[in-house]
Amino acid sequence: MGGRILLVEDEANIVEALGFILSRDGWEVRGHGNGNSALDEIERLKPDIVVLDVMLPGRSGLDILRDLRGAPDTAELPVLMLTAKGQSRDRDLAMSLGADAFLTKPFSNAELVATVRDLSARIGASGGR
Amino acid sequence: MLSFNGLVAVCILYVLGLFGVAFLAEKRAAEGKAGWLNSPWTYTLSLSIYTTAWTFYGAVGSAVRTGLEFLTIYLGPTLVFLGWFWLLRKMVRIGRAQRITSIADMISSRYGKSGALAALVTVLALLGTTPYIALQLQSVTLSFAVFANTGGGSPDAENTAIWVAAGLALFTIVFGTRSLDINERHPGLVSAIALEAIVKLVALLAVGVFVVWGVASGPADMLARIEASPVAQAEWNGARWLGITMLAAAAILCLPRMFQVLVVENSDEGHLATAGWAFPLYLLLISLFVVPIAVVGLELGSVGDNPDLFVLTIPLSLGQDGLALLVFLGGFSAATSMVIVAALALSTMLSNHIIVPLWLQATRHEDPMSGDMRRVALMARRISIGGILFLGWGYYRLSGGATALADIGLIAFLGVAQVLPALLGGILWRGATRIGAALGIGVGFAIWMWLLLLPNVAETGGLLSGFIADGPFGIGWLSPLTPLGLAATDPLLTAMILSLGLNTLLFILGSLLSFPSPLERLQGAQFVNIYAHSRPLHGWQGAAGTADDLLIMAQRILGAQRAGALFQAAAAGQGRAGDMPDPTPEFLEKLERELAGSVGAATAHAMVTQITGGAAVGVRQLMAVADETAQIKEYSNRLEAQSAELAQTAARLREVNAKLTELSVQKDAFLSQISHELRTPMTSIRSFSEILMQADPMDDAARGRFSRIIHDESLRLTRLLDDLLDLSVLEHGKVTLHESAVDLSDVLDRAIHAAGAQATDAPLRIVRDRAAEAVPLWTDADRLAQVFINLISNAQKYCDANRPELTITVQALRGRYEVEFADNGSGIPPGQQTLIFEKFARADTARGAPGAGLGLAISREIMTRLGGGLIYVPGGAGARFRVRLPAGALRVA
Repeated sequence: MGGRILLVEDEANIVEALGFILSRDGWEVRGHGNGNSALDEIERLKPDIVVLDVMLPGRSGLDILRDLRGAPDTAELPVLMLTAKGQSRDRDLAMSLGADAFLTKPFSNAELVATVRDLSARIGASGGR
Repeated sequence: MLSFNGLVAVCILYVLGLFGVAFLAEKRAAEGKAGWLNSPWTYTLSLSIYTTAWTFYGAVGSAVRTGLEFLTIYLGPTLVFLGWFWLLRKMVRIGRAQRITSIADMISSRYGKSGALAALVTVLALLGTTPYIALQLQSVTLSFAVFANTGGGSPDAENTAIWVAAGLALFTIVFGTRSLDINERHPGLVSAIALEAIVKLVALLAVGVFVVWGVASGPADMLARIEASPVAQAEWNGARWLGITMLAAAAILCLPRMFQVLVVENSDEGHLATAGWAFPLYLLLISLFVVPIAVVGLELGSVGDNPDLFVLTIPLSLGQDGLALLVFLGGFSAATSMVIVAALALSTMLSNHIIVPLWLQATRHEDPMSGDMRRVALMARRISIGGILFLGWGYYRLSGGATALADIGLIAFLGVAQVLPALLGGILWRGATRIGAALGIGVGFAIWMWLLLLPNVAETGGLLSGFIADGPFGIGWLSPLTPLGLAATDPLLTAMILSLGLNTLLFILGSLLSFPSPLERLQGAQFVNIYAHSRPLHGWQGAAGTADDLLIMAQRILGAQRAGALFQAAAAGQGRAGDMPDPTPEFLEKLERELAGSVGAATAHAMVTQITGGAAVGVRQLMAVADETAQIKEYSNRLEAQSAELAQTAARLREVNAKLTELSVQKDAFLSQISHELRTPMTSIRSFSEILMQADPMDDAARGRFSRIIHDESLRLTRLLDDLLDLSVLEHGKVTLHESAVDLSDVLDRAIHAAGAQATDAPLRIVRDRAAEAVPLWTDADRLAQVFINLISNAQKYCDANRPELTITVQALRGRYEVEFADNGSGIPPGQQTLIFEKFARADTARGAPGAGLGLAISREIMTRLGGGLIYVPGGAGARFRVRLPAGALRVA
């Protein structure tokens, strides 16, 4: 295990909770709360996994995802989408845009950890970290 | 010798026989079996009403007094039928094509359907006919008396006349006014008259044969007797011959009763061809034995001194009771047939041109096609018939059986002949106008009244003799006996020349000097060029092609199914196999009514007549069609307006639908928002509580921090639910306001305190002007405080100045108080200044701050409920909200 995770999420409490859980599982976790600067942050930080909330101030998480998939550097970057709206339409849209996983708030910690582990296993070969 | 009572019995039997024939004829006509009804012979025989009792009996008397002059009465019509056949044919064609109902109608129609002209002719006809009817009653009474004198029984002349008059009225009413036939034809009545014509002829011929071969010994002997008789020595008066022949010729065209049988009762133009030679033949036969009878009557001393009754007294005195009875019936027939047809024709005129117009004017009846109107017309005719016969009877009573009645025949001829110039001119001259016709008829009528009718009436009634002889007020040249100072040797000829001469002159002058109305012009063209406007008419049968055409038209208008059903029902009603009925008048009328329901009465009539060729489309009908078209146009305009309205409604509906769709989208968005707002704190709660639930070692600081987060997020959830409920109630529910008298500064104090901004070391400094805040209010203090708290906490949360400051100012504006909350932050971007009042809306700058974005939405709702308002004031440096206090604030102040 290990590697760097960027949490793009505007709710400070959620960032804190998720950061605590993922850190405990061995990840280096950074948080970022603004949609407009999220892409810059990803480029700067070069995380192994991005956890991306759909509803962000500035730009929507779905827009950010689309841009990530459109750029060669980040086309393969594992992305876990989070949403609080709970509508299947959001899920379908996110998956079709190329999200690797999708969780609806509220989710259990175990679910989150398992999903992230699953994503890291997928990139194991390429990431190697 | 037949007793008087026996004679009455024979009369009654004869009349019953006539009733029977008439009934039978009506029945056959109703069944569509025309047969002998529609024969040219019936038509010809019906024309014989020209020979009345006056000629039946009086011709012999005339022969005794003036030799062959009686022949002029027959010569006139014969000349017309032989020489002016084309004129008769034109009259019949016009009458049929224009649906003319009487001579008055003919004149009126030609001259622009003038009601006044029709009424004038009607009055003229009535005045001319009444004495004539009296004459018939007199002849019947006289013939009764002759029988009564020679036979047994009590003669009661007055009663005889009134019973005869009443009987004739009844007969005429029964067969003349059974229904309002569109063609004004009366097959029953015509049949009875035709039968009477035969009786008349047979009776006269029988007497003639008896006289020639019974009294004299054959034609040769008869001629010898005539040579020796004073009848042959009678002086020949050329002027009188010419005059009376002309008069008789005019009469056959103008007499109301002649017009009735000649034109109105004509069912087939072709019949006229037969009548053209057969009627003169009839007249010849009728007059054939007049001279022999007169000669023999004079020879026999025993027949009494009244040559007018020779026809009856010769067989009676020679013991030929059977022959006498036949003659009696012949005379009876002559009298009754004339009275019946005259009464019928006059009643039509009286009803159509005087009574009904007056009635219409009096009642302003609006629907002349209704059954009610038809009932009125029928009733008017019945009353008219009764009235006419009563008049005739009254005139007879007035005359007291005076011989002056005998002159009335020719006087009546001249009266109705006043119509001749207008009639002939109307048919032959397009330039003839209503003014000319009215002038001519009016003046001719007046002269005739003055010179002939008045003196006759005066003489008959024994009245006004001085007035007549010396002229009114002693003005001699006004005296009817010496008009214009002329010593009239022959009053009839003088009156004829004066009246008809002036009549014609004024008619021509009036026509030349006046301009016809458009309707007159059109009718004039129709009359004069009638052959160009109509087809010959051949009754109501033999129109096989017509029914098909009618069906095609009816299908077009009524639809195939309804039209088919209508035609089938009609065919079944007529007892015909198949589904094509005969186009009988009844059927056409019914069809017209059906069509009228769809296209209007005038159009329906025009369509049906176009196909049946029953009548050229008159200008009045065309005008009615135009009216209907205008109505239809108006209707379609209305429809257009309605469809425009409908389009508007549809547009509105689309708008509402769009709004509903939008609302539905908004509702989805709202639910999605709520879901988001609920799930977000729940995510933190669930996450941290799971962390705490795990047995992993954790320092107390972290444990405490996590517990606090769970606690805060729970409160956040609760607040959110409270806000949602609050908003829901404010938006849709009934909000109970607890209004009371409060002071504005107190409410502000409470709000600042509740927001935790009262402390001097609070991050947000609040600047107030307490003096201005001393405003008494009548409102719900808690709700108003809620709004203030929201605004203050917004400033606490979002004011991004280094030293945040909130300035609260109060000002009175146009009688209302406004409280403004202005901070010194960077304010709200212009694009989002209205958005912030939406539910769950937060300005981008407010992202990440706690709160679900319901505060301003709730605050604005509260202010609306309180009767005030809340707006964002743009243009300032920081965020600036203005609370408009309720108007009620001044109530207590």
